[in-house]
Amino acid sequence: MRGMPRSGWFWLVVGGLYFFVPLAATAEFSLKEGDAYSFGPYKEIFNDPQFRDTFFLSLKLAVATIIVSLLLFIPTVYWVHLRLPRLRTAVQFLSALPFVVPPIVLIVGLLYVYNYQWVPSSYLGSPYYLVPGYVVLSFPFMFFALDNAFRAIDVHTLTEASQSLGAGWSRTLWRVILPNISAGAIAGAFLTFALVMGEFTMASLALFNTFPTYINYIGQTKANPAAALTIISFGITWLALLGILMVGRRPGRGAVQVGGAR
Amino acid sequence: MPYLELQHLHKEFGDFTAIQEIDVALEPGEFLSLLGPSGCGKTTALRIVAGFERPTSGRIVVEGKDLTHVAPNHRDMGMVFQAYSLFPNMNAQDNVEFGLRVRRRPPGERKRKVAELIELVGLSAAAKRYPHQLSGGMQQRVALARALAIEPRVLLLDEPLSALDALVRVQLREEIRRLQTQLAITTLYVTHDQEEALSISDRVAVLNQGSIEQIGVPAEIYNEPNTPFVAEFIGTMNRLEATVTDGGEVDFHGTRLRVDNARRHQSGERVLVLVRPETLAVEQSGNGGGLGGEVVAHIFLGATTRVKIDAAGQELSADIPSTRAASLPVGARVSATFPAESARVLALEEKPASPATAPADR
Repeated sequence: MRGMPRSGWFWLVVGGLYFFVPLAATAEFSLKEGDAYSFGPYKEIFNDPQFRDTFFLSLKLAVATIIVSLLLFIPTVYWVHLRLPRLRTAVQFLSALPFVVPPIVLIVGLLYVYNYQWVPSSYLGSPYYLVPGYVVLSFPFMFFALDNAFRAIDVHTLTEASQSLGAGWSRTLWRVILPNISAGAIAGAFLTFALVMGEFTMASLALFNTFPTYINYIGQTKANPAAALTIISFGITWLALLGILMVGRRPGRGAVQVGGAR
Repeated sequence: MPYLELQHLHKEFGDFTAIQEIDVALEPGEFLSLLGPSGCGKTTALRIVAGFERPTSGRIVVEGKDLTHVAPNHRDMGMVFQAYSLFPNMNAQDNVEFGLRVRRRPPGERKRKVAELIELVGLSAAAKRYPHQLSGGMQQRVALARALAIEPRVLLLDEPLSALDALVRVQLREEIRRLQTQLAITTLYVTHDQEEALSISDRVAVLNQGSIEQIGVPAEIYNEPNTPFVAEFIGTMNRLEATVTDGGEVDFHGTRLRVDNARRHQSGERVLVLVRPETLAVEQSGNGGGLGGEVVAHIFLGATTRVKIDAAGQELSADIPSTRAASLPVGARVSATFPAESARVLALEEKPASPATAPADR
């Protein structure tokens, strides 16, 4: 921070206030019961069975989404880097589409797809119904995290070295490629986690009670517990971001440092 | 019987012909270098042998078995890459062990083999270090040990020294040669560095634009280049465009020069006379004969100094002992001579079909 001009400090403080004041106000409000301070609103939230149901449902959806998108995107990005480098720009463009197409369009499209005969009706009733939509939403986060990780290693040489030593595709992917892009994969997973834990539009339109719809419901019915819930939800997002930072800083395995001539 | 054969290899990438034709056979335990400028097809040829590319036509044969369509992971060929090939998530000994694990060797045997190879490349003290903790030279040693651990049928080296410092490069190339001789492993080595190729190989194949220009033992390649391209590419060569007169003489801008090899050419034929800088003797003018000219520059090379001479518009290079260089200062009028038997003579009008006369893309 040395050498930062005075105006820099000024804007830092302004930005910090902009960020912290509403947060502090919410936190203060969440600790109020009538005129006295207490943890009452938090207790109320944690004791609400709906909180647990919706929270664990969103957790399950997040894990399912992470698994599906890792299985889908790791081999895809690997293959694009290895064999189809010209398609990288196209995939990059595609991955930005979920930012452009609103989730409401996505869920309508999804409903349309689910109209086909081959979709079993038991699946339509289950909340995992949302997972394909979430996978689409997670695409940009997963893609950019993985793309960066793959760009940091020499995919071609590592793959060919592994092959020349006798390894097949699955061993190469599992033992050579995966350990070296794990930081990117974990970062993508945390971002996806934060995304699913906060996604409201699709869940609400598809009439499932996930954690974000619960936040919305509480927000419309109970003032102080809503503030408490906001702080809890904020904490979850922060933990996910902290996880990414920790993974990024971890030395040794996962950290990509290769030197040829030094 | 040859051990490794590259039979009539031809490779096209779309419109681009990477390899016109390469046809070469290696004896068991032979060290062959593919030498040429970038884009000459040498790396493509190596990658075809390794199985990373399929030839458009032609075959790869090892011990009489056709491997052209065998996947790279079933070829048993050890490969050392230019750089960055060590698995960053594994330490040196795990890298070396990788191929043995793939082959499901028992743990005891793996451990023994890994220790033996790490020792062989002189890295016992660094066995537990990760690639990013190793210098470039050490990384390449590990890569070499890893390639040798699987007891490959053929060792393939793709410019393994090009990313290293000059000193390490010389040291490591001697070591590669020592190991290769010791293990008697048939080796194909790709490089653009002629000094490296000449110093390390049993035979050198000089490649230009996807074809072999000349193949032979290093001394042959250096002393008897068959084409102007080889002459240019290997070492430094003075090129004199001259006309054969008769009786073993050529005419170079009115100066008669005795050249034994000119006897094989007809009188009046335009030829290229090739003279190595180290065979060119330079004297202060007035001592008669030879090519007259003026010293235009000195390039100090250590034991020798390369003296650049402008002889009737033709630039000549002569390597003389540095101790003598002071007696031939820049601007001095000099005459340069060479032993009649030392110069190489090539016909200047090559057949137009040959790509040999095209300038190298350096």
